[in-house]
Amino acid sequence: MSIVTTITGPAIPLKGDDIDTDRIIPARFLKCVTFDGLGEHAFEDDRAQLNGDHPFDQTQYQNAKILVVNRNFGCGSSREHAPQAIARWGIQAIIGESFAEIFFGNCVAMGIPCVVADGETVERLQGAIATNPQAELQLDLANQTIFCGDITAAVMMADGPRQMLVGGTWDACGQLVAQAEAVKATAAQLPYVGWSKIVA
Amino acid sequence: MSKGTLFDKVWAAHTVGTLASGQTQLFIGLHLIHEVTSPQAFAMLRERQLSVLFPDRTIATVDHIVPTDNQARPFVDDLAEEMIQALEQNCKNNNIRFYNIGSGRQGIVHVIAPEQGLTQPGMTIACGDSHTSTHGAFGAIAFGIGTSQVRDVLASQTLALAKLKVRKVEVNGTLRPGVYAKDVVLHIIRTLGVKGGVGFAYEFAGTTFEQMNMEERMTVCNMSIEGGARCGYVNPDQTTYDYIQGREFAPSGDDWDKAVAWWERLRSDADAEYDDVVVFDAAEIEPTVTWGITPGQGIGVTEQVPVAESLPEGDRAIAQEAYHYMDLQPGTAIKGTPVDVCFIGSCTNGRISDLREAAKVAEGQQVATGIKAFVVPGSEKVKQEAEAEGLDKIFEAAGFEWRQAGCSMCLAMNPDKLQGRQISASSSNRNFKGRQGSASGRTLLMSPAMVAAAAIAGHVTDVRDLLKS
Ligand code: SF4
Repeated sequence: MSIVTTITGPAIPLKGDDIDTDRIIPARFLKCVTFDGLGEHAFEDDRAQLNGDHPFDQTQYQNAKILVVNRNFGCGSSREHAPQAIARWGIQAIIGESFAEIFFGNCVAMGIPCVVADGETVERLQGAIATNPQAELQLDLANQTIFCGDITAAVMMADGPRQMLVGGTWDACGQLVAQAEAVKATAAQLPYVGWSKIVA
Repeated sequence: MSKGTLFDKVWAAHTVGTLASGQTQLFIGLHLIHEVTSPQAFAMLRERQLSVLFPDRTIATVDHIVPTDNQARPFVDDLAEEMIQALEQNCKNNNIRFYNIGSGRQGIVHVIAPEQGLTQPGMTIACGDSHTSTHGAFGAIAFGIGTSQVRDVLASQTLALAKLKVRKVEVNGTLRPGVYAKDVVLHIIRTLGVKGGVGFAYEFAGTTFEQMNMEERMTVCNMSIEGGARCGYVNPDQTTYDYIQGREFAPSGDDWDKAVAWWERLRSDADAEYDDVVVFDAAEIEPTVTWGITPGQGIGVTEQVPVAESLPEGDRAIAQEAYHYMDLQPGTAIKGTPVDVCFIGSCTNGRISDLREAAKVAEGQQVATGIKAFVVPGSEKVKQEAEAEGLDKIFEAAGFEWRQAGCSMCLAMNPDKLQGRQISASSSNRNFKGRQGSASGRTLLMSPAMVAAAAIAGHVTDVRDLLKS
């Protein structure tokens, strides 16, 4: 399990509030049994509408690793296809004013930090990146700080999920599975587990 | 921190332990899966050589990709066929009960679980679908999860979660005629905003919800997520018990009495503490229609598309985007907006009572010329019931198409799609850009009765005018 503490690289600004999962990956691309190949379809309809002017199409951002967004990013459906598409496009961390809950959880489960910064910081960052797209942005997750040129700012990520990334325990699956006996004990205490057998 | 609410009690009963991250390991009592978000989860299990820990607590169905007209196998769409085959195979290999097309029990996952009696008070329920909040109508704690978490539930029957705060959303009084559960929840989201519920579970309380039947409560809880709340619930009561009793997976005999006694104990205490409380008056709610590109951009049907300056500053940019995308002018009445397609269905409003209300409006009327109108029952069972009552004939006589069960044009992963700039009146739950299958297609959300009224008028209209005459 890999530790996620510092992510450094060029960034990409994507402006707008309430960018939902249908926009991140339109439903027609959910017709798949693997996540492979989703990266090229990230924001496909928004990109088509902007005719080359969408940041995900602009040449200066093609090697970006960090995405900078505004409020309520990733609202809508639970589709993990959304963060998977963004990650497969090349993004390793997201900075935003706020995130929708399921999207945030999906990102943590994939080892992608979503950190929150205030509106002013996000605006400054988006501006700075647009001016100098090759500038390296550094996200220091342990100290909850970002550096970009002459900008140094505090960012925030709830302690629990942050510890999981920093400590390399973000993939909860192994820990959950290790508790199988305790899980069975909890189940045995629940009255309904006995009365509604639903075996195939 | 909330105390003594149903949420607190159910959370405590399902807690397996605390993880190193400080998150709770929470037991999941019922896991629902479908073809879109599960194949990758099964692949992850195989990769890690894990097996399904409690195969008897997962139920599968197929809903998102199923065609609602020609359901012959193999499906015309190869990708859809591949997805259903993957689900069939995964269920078979892992001994998971699967309600396939033609079983009489297939349908939208959030419609079939309650109708089989699988959804019960006091359970934790998870599904790789954000509208899992629907099941909260029964006093269950139910939330949508992503694919990695579907893997976690399959492998361990648990999830790593941080506890939510609880907001009591109280609505009191009787709804006026022509105002439905859908209007109540659109009104709540319009008021509290699409991110208002982030970090919260919503407890829907008050006399308005107490008076609602189970299907109406499901409509409200279904859209909790559109208000940002990962789950929403109503405390169980006699209405809940009457709905569950006698259904296939409901407890029976001695178990029934034990169950009711347990459910009663789980109700939020009279002196429960909430992190927040908001109160609404049912009499203030009008038939509500969305005009924009988020479910929070709703207005009463007699109102005008709001001008940006009248909105809180934070909502103005998205309003500008919405005017442009929807091609609606601020300050103009929403009533009279022409529509092209009318869709009645989805996990929000594809149940029998929804179809009955829409049929009342459609009966003896004709769909306006040039309008495509269709009704998609939420499940095979809803379809059978509707046909037994003759609703299909009422709809067909009025010019609506009558389809097979599935998600259909709620998100258009099947052949039912908007074309180009078409605008729909839709009983579904999301009006996001491109949601209904065309990248530039537009959606107006409203109650099923309002959709039926729009189909007949050919434009957005106030269903109350039709009900009066
Ligand atoms: S009806 Fe719509 S919202 Fe409900 S499960 Fe299907 S696609 Fe999702």
